[in-house]
Amino acid sequence: MAKELLKGNEAFAEAAIRAGVEGFFGYPITPSTEFLEHMARRMPKLGRAFVQAESEVAAINMVYGAACTGKRVMTASSSPGLSLMMEGISYIAGTEIPVVVVNVMRGGPGLGNIAPSQGDYYQMVKGGGHGDYFPIVLAPASVQEAIDSIALAFDLAEKYRSVVHVIVDGNMGQMMEPAELPPMREIPTESPPWAVTGAKGRNPNILTSIYIDPVDEEVTDLRLLKRWKEVEKNEVRYEEYELEDAKIAIVAFGTSARVASSAIHDAREEGIKVGLFRPVTLAPYPQKRLDEIAQQVERILVIEMNSGMMLDDVQRVVQGRVPIEFYGRMGGITPLPGEILEEIRRVAANEDEVEGDPRNEWMTRLEKKIMGGGE
Amino acid sequence: MKETSIIISGFGGQGTLFAGQVLAYTAMDNGLEVTWIPSYGPEMRGGTAHCTVIVSEERIGSPLVGSPDIVLALNLPSVDKYETLMSSRGTLIANSSLVNREIERGDITSLLIPANKIAEEIGMSRLANMIMVGAMTKLRPILTLEMVKTGLEEHIPERHRKTLPINFEAIDKGYAFAEEAGAS
Amino acid sequence: MNTTTQVVYERPESLTGTHTHYCPGCTHGTAHRLIAEVIDEMGLRENSIGVAPVGCSVFAYNYFNMDFVEAAHGRAPAMATGIKRVSPENTVFTYQGDGDLASIGMAEIMHASARGENITVIFINNAIYGMTGGQMAPTTLPGMKTTSSPYGRDVELAGFPIKMAELLSVMDGSGYIVRRSLHDAKHIRQAKKAVRLAFETQQRGLGFSMVELLSSCPTNWGISPQEALGFISERMIPVFPLGDYKVNPELKSIRV
Repeated sequence: MAKELLKGNEAFAEAAIRAGVEGFFGYPITPSTEFLEHMARRMPKLGRAFVQAESEVAAINMVYGAACTGKRVMTASSSPGLSLMMEGISYIAGTEIPVVVVNVMRGGPGLGNIAPSQGDYYQMVKGGGHGDYFPIVLAPASVQEAIDSIALAFDLAEKYRSVVHVIVDGNMGQMMEPAELPPMREIPTESPPWAVTGAKGRNPNILTSIYIDPVDEEVTDLRLLKRWKEVEKNEVRYEEYELEDAKIAIVAFGTSARVASSAIHDAREEGIKVGLFRPVTLAPYPQKRLDEIAQQVERILVIEMNSGMMLDDVQRVVQGRVPIEFYGRMGGITPLPGEILEEIRRVAANEDEVEGDPRNEWMTRLEKKIMGGGE
Repeated sequence: MKETSIIISGFGGQGTLFAGQVLAYTAMDNGLEVTWIPSYGPEMRGGTAHCTVIVSEERIGSPLVGSPDIVLALNLPSVDKYETLMSSRGTLIANSSLVNREIERGDITSLLIPANKIAEEIGMSRLANMIMVGAMTKLRPILTLEMVKTGLEEHIPERHRKTLPINFEAIDKGYAFAEEAGAS
Repeated sequence: MNTTTQVVYERPESLTGTHTHYCPGCTHGTAHRLIAEVIDEMGLRENSIGVAPVGCSVFAYNYFNMDFVEAAHGRAPAMATGIKRVSPENTVFTYQGDGDLASIGMAEIMHASARGENITVIFINNAIYGMTGGQMAPTTLPGMKTTSSPYGRDVELAGFPIKMAELLSVMDGSGYIVRRSLHDAKHIRQAKKAVRLAFETQQRGLGFSMVELLSSCPTNWGISPQEALGFISERMIPVFPLGDYKVNPELKSIRV
């Protein structure tokens, strides 16, 4: 199939259709709305379910119900919508059914704004809903990768009976890039054995997240944890760019990583040996490979569109073996390649130890930059 | 050509996003890497609208740029904003029908083109965007006049197909103006 | 003398043999049985998917012998919507209490009916929160004492009871909306007919159906089971009048 110029949100949605999604339940929210609109146009014509729900709370619970039938179903939203969905996501995780949720992140907290952000890292990667569960989190960085990640998300969700989050920021939802859509997948006619389909010729299937006896809940949570260990073993994904001889490793995901790769390209022309480590799965975090990189490079620079959330994971893995610096933009601001190039130059010239929280110095510089009218 | 960044900026309704898409389609059809990213949200509704198009022979990193190589400024606020940000040796094409000042920077190539006036002369005032695109294909032929015309023909929405000839005329007029005026 | 035995009463196939956890005098058991009998009579057991709520009937799926899912508090109509939309061939019903349906789940129930979701809702209204131990419900009567309205529900402070059958009857997507009571045999027979018609509504694709059942909670009302039945007829029915609030004309010819 030839490449088409596709808008992120629409490419995502069409990829889900090609992956055999049989139900979409959502609520409009910028900057993810084109996802819902695409589904509204396409799903009824294919004889598949589409409902614009009364709220994100209802949308995720429709997804919950529909997923209990064993069919591929999903929703897509943006940050404030995800906060509302967290109740249902926890129930879905506790019921051990496969669901795919896309978050096109925007600036926050609160109503925030509609500009691109990575500020939901903690919420999406560390669970977000209540209780002991572990979502799989994919963070694609191009429209093509977003398309590919949808089919992968469904496969992983079904393989591990897990919630899979695909998270991008508003840039990825809104941008257009040439990409290729996969062919239409055939809808399976058989239901998985756990699904509720009507108890014909078998004992009833009960799908619930309640285990009133704490002993039963502990058994369940242990099962979820063991399954997560399998995920950690099998499903780590990452990408590297110009890392072979790098003295500085930038660690970034999604749009931040793309912007960083532009800056790395320019820095390399200046002779600075810098490369990029881009986690594709934020959960499970690619810690083994990052651990190896920490032994190879002299400095690590973490770049995010938030206040330094993935930074925690990098620090956890690196354990002080090499200095870690941080550069972030918050509130819906996407860093530009020039900003990151400046950071690379600064880090390349800096041989000091980083004292305390890597964010301290960054905060001072950022304050000067944004309060000093330099933006 | 390694990588070229283009910003098309103007009021909502001036067709800046569509003009960017025409460039993006053209680039894709000619085997180039490309990204197109709009300003979105409240800005879309009557305020300013701009998009960033990056065309490259290599995989594109950032879809956004701080210092664009080419700016098509359809109104005065866009000139005011991007003239200072542009990279040196960049090209600024400004719509003099709505920009009542000269371009001050001497280290960039600039062209003032009365895009609204030319568009009105050919009978479709909303084609100022295509006039600007035509001028760009003369001054910075990373995508040539013929390539852009083919791109437009391939990807113009069906409901607008009947306007293809006048779109071509607009692109030609923009190109011809840039050729005659020469850039400063 | 010849003796023949005849079965006059047995457990419906749609109920399991599990003993319920409900309190003595609670009418949940009655409501469960009515649903099970109707599903048996209509031959829908192997096709049905139930949605249990949060509340005393959270374990309803232990008692019904059919596929079941367990919803988050108030979200049963949304969950049922999801199931029915991707599996329209299944019979889908929710079983919800007053806190679940009329308080935390108000948005979900109203919109399910507005969309005309082809699902059946059995609504147990006993004017109190049972599982959490007797707090005020959206349907608690004015003046009624609960642990969170210890001086009696003061309508100046806590507002008025919500009348769901009346509310849902004005939604264009509703096909069958009635209120019945479980306080004596006659009313239980009427309630069963209503449950039957609600499922018939779904089978015929006539839209959203809801049967509100006035029910007892002697434990949290703090009175005996016998007194509780009297409370329904004397105190609740005047506030929540029984009746047919909306019946699709196509249902009127059905004899059950």
